[in-house]
Amino acid sequence: MAAGTTTMDVTVKILRYNPEVSEEATWETYQVTAEPTDRVLDALHKIKWDLDGTLTFRRSCAHGVCGSDAMRINGKNRLACKTLLKDVNPSQPITVEPIKGLPVLKDLVVDMEPFFAAYRSVMPFLVTTGNAPTRERLQSPEERARFDDTTKCILCAACTTSCPVYWSDGQYFGPQAIVGAHRFIFDSRDEGTDQRLEVLNDREGVWRCRTTFNCTEACPRGIEVTRAIQEVKRALIFRR
Amino acid sequence: MVQHHTYDVVIVGAGGAGMRAALESGQRTRTAVLTKLYPTRSHTGAAQGGMCAALANVEEDNWEWHTFDTVKGGDYLVDQDAAEVMAKEAIDAVLDLEKMGLPFNRTDDGRIDQRRFGGHTRNHGEAAVRRSCFAADRTGHMILQTLYQQCIKHGVEFYNEFYVLDLLTTESSGGASCSGVVAYELATGEIHVFSAKSVIFATGGFGKVFRTTSNAHTLTGDGMGIIWRKGLPLEDMEFFQFHPTGLAGLGVLLSEAARGEGGILRNSENERFMERYAPTIKDLAPRDMVARAMANEVREGRGAGPDKAYVYLDLTHLPREQIDAKLPDITEFARTYLGVEPYTEMIPVFPTAHYAMGGIPTNIKGEALSDNHTVIPGLYAAGEVACVSVHGANRLGTNSLLDINVFGRRAGVHAAEYALGTDHDELPAQPEAAVVEMVEGLRVSAGSERVAAIRQELQATMDINAQVYRTEGSLKQALSDIEGLKARYANVSVQDKGKRFNTDLLEAVELGFLLDLAEVLVVSALARNESRGGHFREDFPTRDDVNFMRHTMAYRTPASEGGGYDIRLDYKPVVETRYKPMERKY
Repeated sequence: MAAGTTTMDVTVKILRYNPEVSEEATWETYQVTAEPTDRVLDALHKIKWDLDGTLTFRRSCAHGVCGSDAMRINGKNRLACKTLLKDVNPSQPITVEPIKGLPVLKDLVVDMEPFFAAYRSVMPFLVTTGNAPTRERLQSPEERARFDDTTKCILCAACTTSCPVYWSDGQYFGPQAIVGAHRFIFDSRDEGTDQRLEVLNDREGVWRCRTTFNCTEACPRGIEVTRAIQEVKRALIFRR
Repeated sequence: MVQHHTYDVVIVGAGGAGMRAALESGQRTRTAVLTKLYPTRSHTGAAQGGMCAALANVEEDNWEWHTFDTVKGGDYLVDQDAAEVMAKEAIDAVLDLEKMGLPFNRTDDGRIDQRRFGGHTRNHGEAAVRRSCFAADRTGHMILQTLYQQCIKHGVEFYNEFYVLDLLTTESSGGASCSGVVAYELATGEIHVFSAKSVIFATGGFGKVFRTTSNAHTLTGDGMGIIWRKGLPLEDMEFFQFHPTGLAGLGVLLSEAARGEGGILRNSENERFMERYAPTIKDLAPRDMVARAMANEVREGRGAGPDKAYVYLDLTHLPREQIDAKLPDITEFARTYLGVEPYTEMIPVFPTAHYAMGGIPTNIKGEALSDNHTVIPGLYAAGEVACVSVHGANRLGTNSLLDINVFGRRAGVHAAEYALGTDHDELPAQPEAAVVEMVEGLRVSAGSERVAAIRQELQATMDINAQVYRTEGSLKQALSDIEGLKARYANVSVQDKGKRFNTDLLEAVELGFLLDLAEVLVVSALARNESRGGHFREDFPTRDDVNFMRHTMAYRTPASEGGGYDIRLDYKPVVETRYKPMERKY
């Protein structure tokens, strides 16, 4: 559609793993013909649909809102459906691996349960007390703007699985869970902050963050993840 | 190994309708939610523009106007009792979501902000009204996240990546009742039988029968397909909505909110062409009218681009702050996928297959029907998979997010009530047999046909022959193509023969549903010799209320001779309460 519809040959190197076949992960290389403006997901589909039906990955919406297809592309966490081939140096082989730090189940599919368990642990829901008003709770545009950034999260795990602390520490619940908590801590309607901060104040909580900014760079939604983590740290220091 | 589970209520699908239902039934009964994805991957999250409710926060409004707009927008094929329920309950549905924590955009005095949307008017069509409650252009995302957060809060039990492939029914003297489902666990390939007193289908639509679509890859009509294969009816399947503003060539959705915020459609001559088609509300006419106008501009040679194949959505006159605050996601889609900067450049757009108005017939309690009147005890449907019918021949923008909340809640309440007053039916003998046969048949097949090839050909013929403009000839061509593809599908094989995360197999199963549903769509469309809402027949270009003011009811019946089956069409009257059909002008 966009200008420059010149097809090109692209080499994609994918880290394959299927314990039904072998306990060892191996690199496999595929050649596909694609447009520069095709997504990495399009290339993966071409491989799966035309070359090798056993290649396994998750995907759904294909335009960056469902969070299914986070993977490591040329060593960086990205959504395959939001990454155009022309932006990942297609003249060289493009490497695709599963996101790191979660158990790999098959090819690019990882076990998401530890990730969702961390999210659930921070009470990611509005906590209120007393009787609800008849109409809506009031909130000014400024109060609404205060937590806008962290409402954008699609739970893709790109941030959490880019975090060196998360890779090395089996207990740290990772950047996404803190983003999930931030969205409520800074919501003027919420009354659960004390409980939530207590969870985050745990030894394996927010203090494990080493401010490497990998998470912010990885976020496909442009959330300033590291900043959100720092704001939660500050809230912990100044609220008590 | 087959695993057995027992619940009061089983919900199939974890998008907006499924999770809204789960919040009701989960607090009353032992409930499980089965989804072939993870809940937050559902396509509710891709909805953008808003959810209409006559809150009257920013200008005068009331639910009766909303009801009228819904009926008129649906080209009078809407069941008016259902539309009234939806418009009335819309107000509480929005307030409920706010109380659950949904971060709506706010007015200066702190209330939920509202904006204009296509077909929503004040006082029966006088002018556009601000009725859509929204969170920037990610309202669906916020609804999906908020409902998931509430499910976490209430401990709703999910079975993620469990693909439901069959509905179990038990015959008794009073007829068939619903007794459970059979699911395939993607991670292991194991079969699970769920015995349930109530089952709610909330599996979404089947946009993947088309090539150009805003729908996710996973929207393959599984729920409708299962119902169909059981011999149960599907209603109004010929009515498919084409959203006017898909990114040209890709189909990625650009919300109608872009026009609600002041965006304008222009042809290659820079003309605001909607002034000719809908002089009063112009670019905010209902989607079917706008989509046809766009397609017509292209057909008459006023399309833009190297192939004159699309028109433009112009936002360049809007203040950048407004674009950033109200339309951040869709403008990013234009930048990411087309390399277009919406601040300064017009965005290439063309209609994209978006929403199934038809589906599993239900009443206003969400109870599924086995004919025009008869309830199937224990079976419910809500959301896009269902046809209540609140959308008639054309759904108004925002009414789908409303539908899933209003009728998702109703289905959850009624399914739980029913479950509390009944016992588990005895399951049929070997309840998993049909699923095992289908799955293992596909797994071991040595056939020569490839899933992707058949799917691409299906989508191509549907785009060419059953899209915005249809004729008897084009539909007959589509039908003959589908028959050929179905014959080839019988000889399809998968390359992945394993048990673990076999998405190759999954896609083969999904293709089977797509082929069935495309066929129902086309057969229903062939019989409707009129033009109404999303169904436009060039050979019958006007609405025919004498012969076709009625819902299509399609049934799969055993063939009179030989094997296979026939499609039998029947009809159901439209429920009319307040509004006499009028010509639809805007």
